[in-house]
Amino acid sequence: MSVATQTELPAGKAIKPKLGSDDWIMRGFIAMIAVYLVIALALPLYAMLSKSFATYHYDLTQFEFQVSDEAGKFSGEVIAAQALNEQTGAYGPDDLVAGSNGRLKVTAFFPKFSFRSPVRYKIRGSSSSAVYLIGSERQTGTNWVETDSNMFRRIVLRPIASTGFSNFRTYFSTPSLVRSINNSLLISTISTIITVTLAFGFAYALARSCMRFKGVFRLLAMAPILVPSLLPGIALVYLFGNQGMLKSVMMGESIYGPYGIVAGSVFFTFPHAMLIITTALAISDARLYEAAVTLRASAWKTFWTVTIPGARYGLISASFVVFNLVITDFGLPKVIGGQYNMLAVDIYKQVIGQQNFEMGAVVSVVLLIPAMFAFGIDRFIQRKQVALLSARSVVYEPKPDKRFDWLCFAYCSLIAIFIAGILIVCQYAALIKFWPYDLSLSLNNYAFDLMDGGGWAAYRNSIKLALLTALFGTIVVFTGAYMVEKTQGFKTGRTLFQFLAMLPMAIPGMVLGLAYIFFFNNPDNPLHTIYGTMAILVLCTVTHFYTVSHLTAATALKQMDNEFESVSASLKQPFYKLFVRVSVPVCLPAILDISIYLFVNAMTTVSAVVFLYSSGTALASVAVLNMDDAGDVAPAAAMGMMIFYTNVIARTIHALASKGLIRHTQAWRTR
Amino acid sequence: MIKHTIKALSLGVAFSIAAYASAGAAELTVYTAVEAEGLARYASEFNKDHPDIKINWVRDSTGIVTAKLLAEKDSPQADVVWGLAATSLLLMKSEGMLEAYAPKGVENLDPKFVDKSTPPTWTGMDAWVASVCYNTVEAGKAGLTPPTSWADLTKPEYAGHVIMPNPNSSGTGFLDVSSWLQMFGEEGGWKYMDGLHANIARYTHSGSKPCKLAAAGEIPIGVSFAFRGAKSKAAGAPLEIIVPSEGVGWDMEATAIIAGTANIDAAKTLVDWSITKKANAMYNTGYAVVAYPGVAKPVEHFPANLTEKMIDNDFEFAANNRAAILKEWQSCYDSKSEPK
Repeated sequence: MSVATQTELPAGKAIKPKLGSDDWIMRGFIAMIAVYLVIALALPLYAMLSKSFATYHYDLTQFEFQVSDEAGKFSGEVIAAQALNEQTGAYGPDDLVAGSNGRLKVTAFFPKFSFRSPVRYKIRGSSSSAVYLIGSERQTGTNWVETDSNMFRRIVLRPIASTGFSNFRTYFSTPSLVRSINNSLLISTISTIITVTLAFGFAYALARSCMRFKGVFRLLAMAPILVPSLLPGIALVYLFGNQGMLKSVMMGESIYGPYGIVAGSVFFTFPHAMLIITTALAISDARLYEAAVTLRASAWKTFWTVTIPGARYGLISASFVVFNLVITDFGLPKVIGGQYNMLAVDIYKQVIGQQNFEMGAVVSVVLLIPAMFAFGIDRFIQRKQVALLSARSVVYEPKPDKRFDWLCFAYCSLIAIFIAGILIVCQYAALIKFWPYDLSLSLNNYAFDLMDGGGWAAYRNSIKLALLTALFGTIVVFTGAYMVEKTQGFKTGRTLFQFLAMLPMAIPGMVLGLAYIFFFNNPDNPLHTIYGTMAILVLCTVTHFYTVSHLTAATALKQMDNEFESVSASLKQPFYKLFVRVSVPVCLPAILDISIYLFVNAMTTVSAVVFLYSSGTALASVAVLNMDDAGDVAPAAAMGMMIFYTNVIARTIHALASKGLIRHTQAWRTR
Repeated sequence: MIKHTIKALSLGVAFSIAAYASAGAAELTVYTAVEAEGLARYASEFNKDHPDIKINWVRDSTGIVTAKLLAEKDSPQADVVWGLAATSLLLMKSEGMLEAYAPKGVENLDPKFVDKSTPPTWTGMDAWVASVCYNTVEAGKAGLTPPTSWADLTKPEYAGHVIMPNPNSSGTGFLDVSSWLQMFGEEGGWKYMDGLHANIARYTHSGSKPCKLAAAGEIPIGVSFAFRGAKSKAAGAPLEIIVPSEGVGWDMEATAIIAGTANIDAAKTLVDWSITKKANAMYNTGYAVVAYPGVAKPVEHFPANLTEKMIDNDFEFAANNRAAILKEWQSCYDSKSEPK
């Protein structure tokens, strides 16, 4: 009976909580920040993708000729270029594919052509869109233009724009470009293996030994984060270049090329790998080691059956992060890569060297694939890692072991010497008057205003950019994260937002910068006015480093119970009061971390902003690149070290400020 | 009497205001690739004669300024280009981006330095000329003899001791390649580069870097330009600046008005001034070869016979074949690690 009545009941409307004004406002905020991400990320990427399909080719149906006899008399017969080409086979289909600056000689259509002959020629376009040049004079239109033979050899046809895959075809049929794919993958893989192995040893020593000076080692290992990635390249030139201090170590091999790129990559990716692996090792469970000891497993066996499996997610994650950093980095291979081409440098060469924006876009798309792939796997792994540490876990405490501790100390010292050595060499090089002929000390290399690159103004601009990025970035990122974490319902919107927030990490800086040119430098874009200003640099930098900041904020916010919202709602407090009075103060440590992260990265970033700075907004990091490019290597080192010191000061201020503020706002954490 | 004076005074004031309003108070956005240290001097010299026109510089390297101008093709931001490679200006000319204008006194210039169209679309200022920077100290250590010609550089003794700019990213590199193709002919030029490639340590991105690397002893022989070599020599580097006997390529810095500028009168004033004898004397501080005949005084450490060795450069050939040459170059040489 009762069963029957149940089936008779109508399904009824799904219960939906009524949305309060707070919910609407919060959704409004999400929408606003989502729009920000769409404008700053999705649309530029779309503009870049469509650029990679913008092709140029010569449309031979657009041109017509007449040829006179020896006496200069025209018979009136009109020959289309298309027909001529079929007759003579002057140009194959590949020859008719062009870049935006392409030019096609017309004399090839006439096998009997001689510039000394008295034969005269006429040329015209068969439609008004046809463009050709006489010398450098641009001609359009359908009027016949008559020339003598000598002038006729100066006529070239211009390509017309269309869309298609021909850019990709050109790319994959150019061996020197395709080789960069292999080079990039090879270098990234080798660097990843070396960095992760070294960083694992370092992190292991920090976590599992009782050696002394752990704090110093940790601090030194983090130093590479504070300098632009191309600085180790400069130091390596001074160490192992042809006039290098330790040249004999290279045994005749050149540092310019794969060796230099790998050594520099290990330097600048080391802290990233070490941080991730340290975290992974820190959460391992002491009970497993006790069990291993009880089972009389050897230390070697314990290492492979307990330590490595426990840290495997960290190791995999570190590998992909390092791989991504190396393959997308542009500064280091540019400084020390020599003739060894890498994808990121190819983008720069295509755009700046050849003004071939379309091909730059194609290389960007190619570079996106491994970067996206590495990023995807990393995210997948990170999701799996969550449940490793259970409530019953016991934190592993290392016991002193004299031999092992000394071994760890020696190993960490070697790494620390490598890192400190690179920095010291840069500082030394910056103070030398004229390496290697005049080793007296001087401050000549600090006269940045006498060199191309932007001078001291570039340094000031960088600080301004870093401060603005830290300020606006933190506000945007934290507000966005808060709204996404604390809004009820609105599942699709939140998922979409999460996706947008994760995307920047997969986008290489070069690609983002190039995408910004295509999107913002379009005169039809209403945001065109910010092109060439500080605003676009801030926008680009915030977007470039959005993901990590977002994750930091989201993690901090996740730690706060959602009951805060319920309680405040039942007390009829608007959400913004809770946000300002509770959420922000509680999350202050995370907020400070985000701002220092953005500051440091804005000081060191090169790849995204190298396409976007203008003469008024030159940056210190770009100045390092440009001064090195012009051969002013010592001043480049000097500027690089200025960035380092600035970041050290910023971090010190950050540490002091956090300490003070945290004492102020986090008093509730202690009783 | 007083009344008269006041009247005259006020009239004078009115006149000068009117003159000020009509003649200018203009601001010009000027794109340039001239080295940073020269710019302030250029502007102040110009403003001595035309205080009413303010110049807003947008400065970057040749490649970047060219890329920027081409990217802005459909909505130009610049009024005038003052000091950009003529090869770059020819690219812009073929896009119809330049305003044809014959500046006052253009007939005084060396015809080599003026666009062949009438009226010309650009006028040259000064030339930068290819040269070889030779580090005597390091070459001595390696037991090298100084080369005297381009052909010498292909000799096996220089293997790994020569460095030159990549023409794909450097204007100086391109002028070298285009000059070899013009001097040795299409076939001979590529054959020469095959030989040279075997000796090249690596190709740099910028045109001045080879000379600076030679100055620092990193690579003893740098194919670069004379002005850079003279500067490094003045800074104390053990350099010798060699002018190869076959002749040397060159490009010029040139000036042009961007078509569609809203400040055409001020732009014309600037371009008129840019070809005066006075302006050319100003260019002479950095460049030994300038457009106005008889102005140039010798520059310290600059090779004396350089002007005679400058080839009869066909800029049109360089501009119109640029894309094809670069493509060919890239497929032949753009990877030193390529197995032969």
